Amino acid sequence: MWRDAVLVAGKDLRIEARSRVALWQVVPFAVLVLILVAFAIGPDNASLRHAAPGIFWIAVLFSTVLTIQRSVAVESGEGTRDGLRLSGIDPAGIFLGKAAAVGLQLLVLQVVLWAGVTFLFNVRVHVVWLAIVTSLLATVGLACAGVLYGALSAGLRVRDTLLPILVLPVLAPVLLAGSKAWQAALDGSASSGAEWLRILIPFAVIYLVIGIVLYGPLQEAA
Amino acid sequence: MAPVVQFRAAVALAGRFPALAGVDLSVETGEVVLVVGANGAGKTSLLRACAGLLPVTAGEAHVLGVDLVADHTAVRRHVGLLGHAAPLYDELSAAENVRFAVRALGLPAATGERALERLGLVGRLRTTPAGRLSAGQRRRVALAALVARRPALWLLDEPHAGLDATSRTLLGELIAEAVVDGAAVLLSSHEPELSVPLSDRVVTMGGGRITGEEDGGRRARLAALPAEERSPDRGTMGAWHVA
Repeated sequence: MWRDAVLVAGKDLRIEARSRVALWQVVPFAVLVLILVAFAIGPDNASLRHAAPGIFWIAVLFSTVLTIQRSVAVESGEGTRDGLRLSGIDPAGIFLGKAAAVGLQLLVLQVVLWAGVTFLFNVRVHVVWLAIVTSLLATVGLACAGVLYGALSAGLRVRDTLLPILVLPVLAPVLLAGSKAWQAALDGSASSGAEWLRILIPFAVIYLVIGIVLYGPLQEAA
Repeated sequence: MAPVVQFRAAVALAGRFPALAGVDLSVETGEVVLVVGANGAGKTSLLRACAGLLPVTAGEAHVLGVDLVADHTAVRRHVGLLGHAAPLYDELSAAENVRFAVRALGLPAATGERALERLGLVGRLRTTPAGRLSAGQRRRVALAALVARRPALWLLDEPHAGLDATSRTLLGELIAEAVVDGAAVLLSSHEPELSVPLSDRVVTMGGGRITGEEDGGRRARLAALPAEERSPDRGTMGAWHVA
């Protein structure tokens, strides 16, 4: 399973490195979300600082949908979809590999967005470890849930419009817990921030396990 | 040895439509069987059912010893399917696509390299992204991936489509080599002048059933040979049973 996961992740990341969809479309989109929401809030520094964590995670969430759509599109053709099913690769390995590739892209995106938030909203993270742990846990949850719902919508003609409707409500706990934990990291309140990790940890674990178990049947159904 | 493919009254549904409506078919080791029939006769569905991509819901269906009615997925890694659409990632080169197929089965990379050379995918063709290749070249890359996997059952859906004359000759050689190596081949085609000479038997499909059967060109040629030359060494795929 792990060997298969490395193989699939390597393939997906190589495809992304060649197509540069993440670099030229997803990252600019996420930065655009930051800027537009900042415009909507106005020039008041206090309001911007207060809203910064929420804006950051909204940008991450929307970008997750785009990244997942791209991950699904790689195998949207009949040839590649059948090819992957006939490849002999363990479905759990496919799930882990695709989730790892999506997760790595999301982590790079968050680094860029972190720099953007710091520059645009003039905020500083006081509890760095809390912000990093929050990002890591949230990324695992976003990637696992996203790839799972991506598989669910993969065979549908309306998958591009259906996926956001399916996945965004499911990812709402990550938005809530991520924003609160990041707010605590900005305020220097490690203990209150750590409380929100109690939502992110089970979310990540549950979707990781469900994905490993259900990806195969979902791939068949799609 | 049990047949490589053994279907009895096999039924497979595509949605609610019976794509296979009671197929009876048997394919032996080292045999090349050509499936012909009009569009919609069920040829592609038959190949996809043999590959474990289309579930068989009723009747009996065994491929390489795997009961497809009980579990249609277990046979997949042991068959090679060349379908209408090439299973290639456009951003990856020909070599990378073949390498991915080979590594997925845990086979050595050298297997893929040999297949690429056999299909003439050398030089710039080897490193060109699959998305920039012509339809015929993409077909050759897909064939290279299939050859590299050394499946016990080759399932070829319109294999001559898009290939130039040289590649069509090469395809015939590859099929002959696979058979000598102990594989079985099931192919569908709308080009009988190319595919009948390659085949031992020709079965006709219509309405999701087998409606007729006759000898192919290969069997006639074999019959004309002296007895001692009719049974070539079946190669290294004798123990293909996976169940």
